[in-house]
Amino acid sequence: MAKKELIKLKINGEEREVAAESRMLLVHFIREQLGLTGTHVGCDTSNCGACTVLMNGKTVKSCTVFAVQADGAEIMTVEGLPSNGALHPLQEGFKEEHGLQCGFCTPGMLISSYALLKKNPNPTEAEIRWGISGNLCRCTGYQNIVKAVQFASKKMAQGGK
Amino acid sequence: MHKTSAEISGMGHSMKRKEDGRFIQGKGNYVDDVILPHMVYAQMVRSPYAHARIKSINTDAAKKVPGVLAIITGEDLAKANLAWMPTLSYDKQMVLATGKVLFQAQEVAFVVAEDRYAAADAAELVEVDYEELPVLVDPHKAMDADAPLLREDRTEKNNKIFHWEVGDKAATDKAFKEAAVISKVNALSPRCHPAPLETCGCVADFNKATEKLTVWLTSQAPHAHRTVFALVGGIPEQNIRIIAPDIGGGFGNKVPVYPGYVCAVVASLTLGRPVKWIETRSENLQSTGFARDYHMTAEVAADKDGKVKAMRVKTLADHGAFNAAAQPTKFPAGLFSICTGSYEFPNAFCEVDGVYTNKAPGGIAYRCSFRVTEAAYLIERVMDVLADDLKMDPVELRQKNFIPAAKFPYKSPLGWTYDSGDYHAAMKLALDTVGYDALLKEQAEKRKKGELMGIGISSFTEIVGAGPAHTFDILGIKMFDSAEIRIHPTGKAICRMGTKSQGQGHETTYAQIVAQELGIPAKDVQVEEGDTDTAPYGLGTYASRSTPTSGAATAMAARKIREKAKKIAAFLLEASEEDLEWEPGKFFVKGAPSKAKTIQEIAFAAYTNIPPGLEAGLEAVNYYDPPNLTFPFGTYIAVVDIDKGTGEIKVRRFVAVDDCGNIINPMIVEGQIHGGLTEGFAIAFMQEIGYDESGNVQGGTFMDYLIPTAVETPHWETGKTTTPSPHHPFGAKGVGESPTVGSPGAFVNAVVDALSHLGVKHIEMPITPWKVWNILKEKGITG
Repeated sequence: MAKKELIKLKINGEEREVAAESRMLLVHFIREQLGLTGTHVGCDTSNCGACTVLMNGKTVKSCTVFAVQADGAEIMTVEGLPSNGALHPLQEGFKEEHGLQCGFCTPGMLISSYALLKKNPNPTEAEIRWGISGNLCRCTGYQNIVKAVQFASKKMAQGGK
Repeated sequence: MHKTSAEISGMGHSMKRKEDGRFIQGKGNYVDDVILPHMVYAQMVRSPYAHARIKSINTDAAKKVPGVLAIITGEDLAKANLAWMPTLSYDKQMVLATGKVLFQAQEVAFVVAEDRYAAADAAELVEVDYEELPVLVDPHKAMDADAPLLREDRTEKNNKIFHWEVGDKAATDKAFKEAAVISKVNALSPRCHPAPLETCGCVADFNKATEKLTVWLTSQAPHAHRTVFALVGGIPEQNIRIIAPDIGGGFGNKVPVYPGYVCAVVASLTLGRPVKWIETRSENLQSTGFARDYHMTAEVAADKDGKVKAMRVKTLADHGAFNAAAQPTKFPAGLFSICTGSYEFPNAFCEVDGVYTNKAPGGIAYRCSFRVTEAAYLIERVMDVLADDLKMDPVELRQKNFIPAAKFPYKSPLGWTYDSGDYHAAMKLALDTVGYDALLKEQAEKRKKGELMGIGISSFTEIVGAGPAHTFDILGIKMFDSAEIRIHPTGKAICRMGTKSQGQGHETTYAQIVAQELGIPAKDVQVEEGDTDTAPYGLGTYASRSTPTSGAATAMAARKIREKAKKIAAFLLEASEEDLEWEPGKFFVKGAPSKAKTIQEIAFAAYTNIPPGLEAGLEAVNYYDPPNLTFPFGTYIAVVDIDKGTGEIKVRRFVAVDDCGNIINPMIVEGQIHGGLTEGFAIAFMQEIGYDESGNVQGGTFMDYLIPTAVETPHWETGKTTTPSPHHPFGAKGVGESPTVGSPGAFVNAVVDALSHLGVKHIEMPITPWKVWNILKEKGITG
């Protein structure tokens, strides 16, 4: 086994300190070392976006980041979306608008949508489509995902979050 | 059909999905999420060559990698008689290569290590000495005298798999001789891949103490897979438990048994530890079940007014290195003989030749009821060619030849009995929605200005829901399916089915069927699938068969429960059964609606106040063998604009009118249509698993096998007509595959229509801007 590095990060608000090989991908670190399996792996070429997480407020494909690069970082995954036990308006929106089918792309989609709405709380349909264009979905044809993001945008504007 | 209250949410309610809660919170449980104590990881070693003799395999260096536990080769498997396994099409397939490899990325060795990084390191160090052999890539050359022989294991020393034909050849040939007009098209349905976002994989866990093997498997057909494992591995079937947990999309990709599964089981049997094997995306695209690769020719004979007289189809099917087609075993070309489509052909003849090539084995039914996508594309394409030859509007030609609504059930010349249809109604709704006449005017004006705009029609007929058992089986197992319902004392329920959702929303729709039939609110009905230790046996979910088979079984089992509930209600109400009436949720005495017992009260009595002579409990199971297939249909219309300078195609509008009979959940049906249309769009414009002349895969990653993003994907407009299936218990037909089956024809017809005034008759899929730009260049339209 290769040498292990101690990685200290804040994930979904919680401080964690876990050792990992320096070549370990962030997605494997999150899934297997930290036990948060909501973040998925759908490809090996950084195309699909199923592994999207927030790192220091920006979306990254965690299959293309080494865990050691996240040392000292703040990470948010799908598990960090609800606050105080309530679903985030985006999570509600995906359910209300049937924005998911098999659910495999959903965590990455949610994180990309979350980042989009942080930057642009009231996006147009075209802006939503570009905002989630780094995330592939094989089931929904995206139309209801767009509606789900619009649902959340509206709800958040009304003070939902 | 009685419309239930929103509280009950039976048929026809757009109930929000019960399964969504866990998925939106990152709490789904997919195979790769299964992490067991002492679990180890596996990595496949694959062939870099398409055809090569294996001279030797040296694992010495690989074994020295720290953490490596086992390296399995074909020779090792051969000792246990496991080097080969049967396919679902009466062929066999190498689990790990022995002697030679037959396609690039073929499985050669299986490395197991303490973690996935060590397994990958060791796989790199497995040294295989290959001697390259001549490669056969072009299926048209497979039967040439000088073609290399691929399958030396077979008695037949050629590359032919099968010849299959159906229909009246003599009558068809005669009709062609007498025809005023003959139109013809050569059309390729290119090799593509379902590429569900979750790849295939498993965790195999053999417990040496109990001798029980548990396999978490990305499976669309867990029960059938258990039987295959029992037959191949010689493990007693009661000692095998397959669990298909949450499945991240299937689309046909997760129907076959793959070598990685068998190797993981062997490794777990050997090591006595759980073994996880999850393929990468590249491995998924390069080695698991591809779809299509049908090289088709269709001819249609017609009179001068466009009334069709006969259809003749000749097809070459490229199945790759092993015939691993996942389809009803007696149907080597699946249900391709639905190729006469929605039209009243007096005569037809169809023949298909299957051949081996040095490509990945298959082919599976990618969101398609076994070669129906190929058939629908072919008939919809050739009808447009005929319209163009006759200078007739393709809508008029279709309307003239539709099987009239009054002629159902309709017996097709190739042997299918269509259950019901009203093709004119669906066509009319689609035309009205899209504004066809206005579009024709706009197109004429644009042409005058030299602008390129096209309208494409596809009026497809699907054939789904296999059974019936007298016709369909897989390896002898009849294609029925099942449901088991148990009502708890408090009136809540659990049901289990032989199917397996991969995103279709079964946990919601099956619950709605129970709600409709028994009046128990759908939210109180728990649906479980995928665990072979608990669910009744069934053939699984593909071919749009879940609603036609297990959906029907659910209704039938619920009706059995209702029969017993009636007896209990009569006892409780001190009335005779004949005096009772039912409405979803309760039995009441005719003429005295206040004298009633709810299903919840009846359920409680079934455990607490059992009528004399009745068994306790309230449950039922049904194995449903459908009397016929169902035939969903629809009309799709695509409107495209083409950029003359770049060849770029913009789908401006797409109207999809579907008729899938009675609908359980309109929201879910619409979602299925959106998704299927997007896959059809990808097939028409973006996707092909190509091979170079050495047999190297050209579409082996998501960098070159393109999945549409939200940006390219058009906006979908949907509509419906409702023509119930006359033989299904609640008149449903199945819908998941209609959009993938019906849409490629509409897209291609639209692009060809945009260019038809330039003399373009056909363009092969995928229609890329590069292809269109070259045509425009050739026609002198662009510089």
